[in-house]
Amino acid sequence: MNQADYEYLRKLLKDHSGLDLSADKQYLIESRLLPLARKSGLSDISEVVQKLRGGSSSLVTQVVEAMTTNETFFFRDKAPFDHFRDSIMPEILKARANRKAVRIWCAAGSTGQEPYSLAMCVKEMGARLNGWRVEILATDISQEVLEKSKAGVYSQFEVQRGLPIQMLVKYFKQNGDLWQINSDIRAMVQHRKFNLLHDFPQLGTFDIVFCRNVLIYFDQDAKINIFARLAKAMEPDGFLVLGAAETVVGLTDVFKPFPDRRGLYRPSGMVGASAKAGSTTWPKLSAAAGL
Amino acid sequence: MRTCLVVDDSSVVRKIARRILEELDFQIIEAEDGEKALEACKQNLPDAILLDWNMPVMDGYEFLGNLRSMPGGSQPKVVFCTTENDIDHISRALHAGANEYIMKPFDKDIVAAKFQEVGLIDQMLPASA
Repeated sequence: MNQADYEYLRKLLKDHSGLDLSADKQYLIESRLLPLARKSGLSDISEVVQKLRGGSSSLVTQVVEAMTTNETFFFRDKAPFDHFRDSIMPEILKARANRKAVRIWCAAGSTGQEPYSLAMCVKEMGARLNGWRVEILATDISQEVLEKSKAGVYSQFEVQRGLPIQMLVKYFKQNGDLWQINSDIRAMVQHRKFNLLHDFPQLGTFDIVFCRNVLIYFDQDAKINIFARLAKAMEPDGFLVLGAAETVVGLTDVFKPFPDRRGLYRPSGMVGASAKAGSTTWPKLSAAAGL
Repeated sequence: MRTCLVVDDSSVVRKIARRILEELDFQIIEAEDGEKALEACKQNLPDAILLDWNMPVMDGYEFLGNLRSMPGGSQPKVVFCTTENDIDHISRALHAGANEYIMKPFDKDIVAAKFQEVGLIDQMLPASA
C-alpha cells in the first residue's frame, strides 16, 4: 500500500469513526480491508481507495465497519462482571429501591457478547430484581455486528471462550454446531446503531455504562470529549466501566476511579459520597424487558 | 507445579493437549483410556483431568463416576474434552460431576478459558491495546 493511500484511509477513518491509526498500522488495514476488497470485486487496497475517492458512500460504511469490528467474547476479562454483580448492582439496588429501574448502556456492544453477559448476570440475580425494570441498550457503529448481536447466534468456538458451561446449558439452545441465546435473554437487550462521536442525549440517561476496549482507538482529544459527554449522559451516582487497558487518569477529572476495582469509575463528586438517585429520563427506545 | 492428567485414546490429541497445558505450567501425565486413568489416579491424584468421552476399555463417563466415588476423588477438577457436543451429553457430564466441558475442536484459548473458569489457572492479564 502506498503512503498516499494509507494517509487517505487514516483521514477517512478518523473523520467517520474517530478511529485514530498510528503511522505504522498498514498491516491492520491490509488484514481488515483485503477481504472486503475481494468481496467487492476489487483487486487490492489501492482500488478500494480509488473507489472511495470516487465518492462511494456505501464503501465508506463498509470500510469503517471492517476497521472497527473488534474481538469480543462472553464475560471478557471476567473482573468487570464480578464488579457488576458484587459492587455495582448491590449499590444500585439500594439507590434505586423506590424507582425500581436501572438503565445500562453497552457503548460498544459489538456482536452481543457483552450485553448478553450482563443480561445473564441480571437474570442470575433472580428474585432480588422482581418488579424491577432493567434496560440494556447495546450500541455499535457497525450495522453488521448489530445484526449478529440481535440474532444472538454463536459458533461453537465463540460459546467456549469465557462462557461457563453451566451458563451455556442454561441460557442457550443448540442448533447443529451453532448456539442461540434464549429469547428471554435476547429480549432484555435493545440494539441501536450509534457512533460515539455523535451526541448522546437522544439515548437518555444511564445508571451504568460499559465502554470497553473502544476508546483505545480514539485520539486524546476525542477521548476527553467522549468522557465529558458520557458524564452528562449518566446519573451522578452512576458507574462507568472501561476496558482493562483504559483509564481516565491523566485525561479527565469528570470521572474518578472506584477504589480497589480496576476498570470501574464513578462521576466525580460521587466517590465516597452517599448515593442519591437522580431523575432518569426515559427516551422512546421501545419497551424494556420486564423481569 | 500443578499436575494434569490427559486422558484420550488419540496420541495426537494427547500431544496437542500436552503442548497447550505445558505452556500453562502444568506437569502432564497421559492415559489412553479410563481404566489406565483410574490407575494413575490411585497412585497420585492430579489437580486437573482433561477427559475424552469415547475411549476403548473404559470411557470417560464411566471413569468420572469411578473417580468421584473414590477417596479424595472429588478433588481433581475434571474438564471433558470431546466431540460429543450435544446438550444431552453435556448435561449428563455435569450431573456426573464434571466441572467444565470443551467441545472439540479446541485451541489454546479455549483450554485456557475453561481452566481459568474452574480456578485452575489465574486470570490471564488482558493484552494491552
